Amino acid sequence: MELFLHQVLAGIATGGIYACMALAIVMIYQAIDHLNFAQGEMAMFSTFIAWQLIQWGVPYWAAFFVTLALSFAGGYLIERVIMKPIQNAPILSHVALFIALFAVINSLAGFIWEYQIKTFPTPFGTHPLFGVGLMSAHDAGMIGVTVAMLVFLYLFFRYTRIGLAMRAAAANPESARLVGIRVGWMLALGWGMAAAIGAVAGMLIAPVVFLEPNMMASILLYGFAGAVVGGLTSPGGAVIGGVLVGVIENLAGTFIPYVGRELKLSIALALIVFVLTVKPSGLFGRSVVHRV
Amino acid sequence: MKQALLASLTSARAPYGRWLGFALVLLIALPLPFLVKNFFVFQLTLAMVYAIAILGLNLLTGFNGQFSLGHSAFYAIGAYTAAILMDQYGVAYYWTLPIAGVVCFVAGFLFGLPALRLEGVYLALATFALAVAMPQILKLSPLEPWTGGVQGIVIIKPNAPFGLRLNPDQWLYYFTLAVALVLFFCAYNLVASRTGRAMKAIRDNPIAANAMGVNLSLCKSLTFGVSAFYTGVAGALGGIVVQFVAPDSFTFGLSVALFVGLVVGGVGSIAGALFGAWFVLFVPNIAEHVSKGLAGAVYGIMLILLIYLMPSGFAGLLRLVLVRFASASRR
Amino acid sequence: MHMHKYLIPALALGLTIGAAAPAAAQKKYDPGATDTEVKIGNINPYSGPASAYGTIGKTIDAFFKKVNAEGGINGRKINFISYDDGYSPPKAVEQARKLVEDDEVLLIFQSLGTPSNTAIQKYMNAKQVPQLFVATGATKWGDPKNFPWTMGWQPSYQGEGHIYAQYILQNYPNGKIGILYQNDDYGKDYVKGLKDGLGDKAKTMIITEQPYEVADPTIDSQMINLKASGADVFFDVTTPKFAAQAIKKAAEIGWKPVHILNQVSSSVGSVLKPAGFDNAKGVLSTGYLKDATDPQWKDDPGLKNFFAFMDKYYPEGDRTNGLVGYGYTVSQTMVQVLKQCGDNLTRENVMKQAASLKNLQLDLLLPGISINTGPTDFFPVKQNQMMKFTSERWEYFGPVMTGATGS
Repeated sequence: MELFLHQVLAGIATGGIYACMALAIVMIYQAIDHLNFAQGEMAMFSTFIAWQLIQWGVPYWAAFFVTLALSFAGGYLIERVIMKPIQNAPILSHVALFIALFAVINSLAGFIWEYQIKTFPTPFGTHPLFGVGLMSAHDAGMIGVTVAMLVFLYLFFRYTRIGLAMRAAAANPESARLVGIRVGWMLALGWGMAAAIGAVAGMLIAPVVFLEPNMMASILLYGFAGAVVGGLTSPGGAVIGGVLVGVIENLAGTFIPYVGRELKLSIALALIVFVLTVKPSGLFGRSVVHRV
Repeated sequence: MKQALLASLTSARAPYGRWLGFALVLLIALPLPFLVKNFFVFQLTLAMVYAIAILGLNLLTGFNGQFSLGHSAFYAIGAYTAAILMDQYGVAYYWTLPIAGVVCFVAGFLFGLPALRLEGVYLALATFALAVAMPQILKLSPLEPWTGGVQGIVIIKPNAPFGLRLNPDQWLYYFTLAVALVLFFCAYNLVASRTGRAMKAIRDNPIAANAMGVNLSLCKSLTFGVSAFYTGVAGALGGIVVQFVAPDSFTFGLSVALFVGLVVGGVGSIAGALFGAWFVLFVPNIAEHVSKGLAGAVYGIMLILLIYLMPSGFAGLLRLVLVRFASASRR
Repeated sequence: MHMHKYLIPALALGLTIGAAAPAAAQKKYDPGATDTEVKIGNINPYSGPASAYGTIGKTIDAFFKKVNAEGGINGRKINFISYDDGYSPPKAVEQARKLVEDDEVLLIFQSLGTPSNTAIQKYMNAKQVPQLFVATGATKWGDPKNFPWTMGWQPSYQGEGHIYAQYILQNYPNGKIGILYQNDDYGKDYVKGLKDGLGDKAKTMIITEQPYEVADPTIDSQMINLKASGADVFFDVTTPKFAAQAIKKAAEIGWKPVHILNQVSSSVGSVLKPAGFDNAKGVLSTGYLKDATDPQWKDDPGLKNFFAFMDKYYPEGDRTNGLVGYGYTVSQTMVQVLKQCGDNLTRENVMKQAASLKNLQLDLLLPGISINTGPTDFFPVKQNQMMKFTSERWEYFGPVMTGATGS
């Protein structure tokens, strides 16, 4: 029973990582209706920038917010400069572009900062909560920040004009233009916000897994899984999905005999496929109805 | 005369242009192994293998609109089927191809069934999950007696039959060329047939297709199966050419490569698969040549430029050029 | 088709003329060697999941630049050609063929990674091109009977496992062992070494084995399982990133076993420092190279040479990164082999000389450890010494041991 509890808590902690990433993914999906494969690499790059600032002596929180601002600007620029020329191209070209971005950012990061792992500081400290070893302060802090971002996003999309405009621009660009929404700016704004959220995710994840250029590749995968399980149209669902994936993966690895340990990843993925077949738009997502 | 020729090259329906294209390819391809180094022959063979794999993906994504990021899994199944058959059961290499194809067809069909309910991004994710899970499944200890686990399986390259004076590389080149030609020919026929039209109808407007009497579930699942068949055969060939299969050979990166090849070659274009394969095989080498440390970045930039300049891929560009040429000469 | 008919006779003629030329001195060359240069090929992962090991390729490149600047070997400069395989076996095959058939190198040196080397092993042996000093500790590289053209270099993983087994049997005969290992060739090789070394007691002493994939973001779940199993000896077979995570996590969950860490992740700069020196206190491992941060080697001439090399030719390299010291030492071994070849630079002679290294002492090898090879002994470095991490550095203890290897 104790082991079960430990694994669940550890799963929640790791799930917090996935949830953070899932939030960034859902953010970009809300804005552009596509999944951005380069999201993880952008988050990693932002974290490296923060690390570099800290190396140069900038105090943690200053570096944190400067990085947020730079990431926002970066995401905005990427949309305006790189994505805009092909805005009318078919979706597959967009995906190919994301893949290209992934390659470029990953390679740049490795070139500039090398591949040796680096430590990244945490603002929450590493002392354990609830007794030794069940969950550290950082893990709890990470979940707290994720939930805070979630609330912020919910309020933003629901109750602000800009949020509404962004949703409109993503759902129906033609009509949105007709009512005076500057669709291009909304897209770029979405990218910027997604990049900023990704940066926060990266800065929260790095203290746990250590900073290096290949840090985000597998986390992105789990983040996708979490976002899909929860529903790509629901930020709250994404967070819950991320945590669920973490917990189930841990439990499967621990309690399924014989092959459980070797198939942790596959089981988590099989779960995703299962959820998708039963409820195609995720646990909390809205099913989209198209007009014929 | 010239106009008719050009018209046939650009027309989607008249087959003369296709035959001309085929003939041209054959003319260049046949004598190559005797003119270039063995290593280049090996690379060309690999290019053809990837072309077949990309063609498989194209059938599913380009012609049927089902977005798949999981084709590395079918490639892997094909490769391992061939390897296990050759290594453990002594099956001759040419029999492994159809067997691998059939195994993958079944796998693809079975995967396509639950995938019927998934659209766009969600299907992409489900197939993505399959691709990522495949290496882990291949490493499973219960399966080790067959798969060789993490050590993989080493395959021996076949020699030329009938005492032909060809070295194994050259023989494999011609063998792959023959298989590729047959498969491409079949693909052309499939796409031009009623089934092909049904596939394309599903891609363009599934509801209308349904209303017209197309059996959506059957068609989509069959397409998945056929697509997997092609990629599986490619995988088997690939395993024989490289002479080695291991779980690390079939990571998600391979799916990405196939996908990039699809887009670069031209979605919905059969001939484009060959261009895509060339890109995927040779551009990373060029990128490494340009800059060792930033090879990935150079590759990414080249890909971005390509997508800007050729949004419909190489094949689209070629078509555009020919059409311009045709209309210019018509005046 | 016409060319083919005349090609062979033309070749035969050319060869006869070539052979009839006066046998000038005893200079003998295979492709890749000339009077002025020796072409050495290499395959390293500069991209992909194993890109951290690209440092080795960079170190070797810098070292050969130094050798060339100092006049080369027997008057010949080294042309070092290194290609990226992204840790993917098919790519490794392609690059190997490129090096042998296109660039026509004399040999391939320090190709990295067990899967990549497995993929090219048959090809290299069929083509009779040396696959020399491969950068992996997999035990199967020391098999001259079946693969006479392939040779490893570093102490084998299984041998290392044997040494740990001896240590455990001697010091913790009633210990309960928990293993964390990477679920691939390298991880399983270590586990086999430990099990073989423990013999019959393996079944009773090893109470849990937790694998992980390179694709896993963290190994927290496995660590919790290990602690819950009640193990008090921890055999940690992880690569640097995961080793750092394991050390940190063990401290976090309050688990203090006897922590045996595989040599692959024993680097102070790449693993122990990020993990936290306090957390890493008491960790055991084995080593065969001097640690650059260890003050006991302050006046050691070997280390002075190493630092001089770093300052001049690879200033951006990190000397606390174990991979750099490794790259330096393996390059010195290569240079020694070439020196011994003299003017007979055939591939056959390269393998012969590589199999004739006797008591080779190199700058960074620990005192008491030297390189030895023979016609049936394809394990250049066989010896290891156990070390314990105290406060900020490794301290060697016990005798220099030779890890006996199974097959």
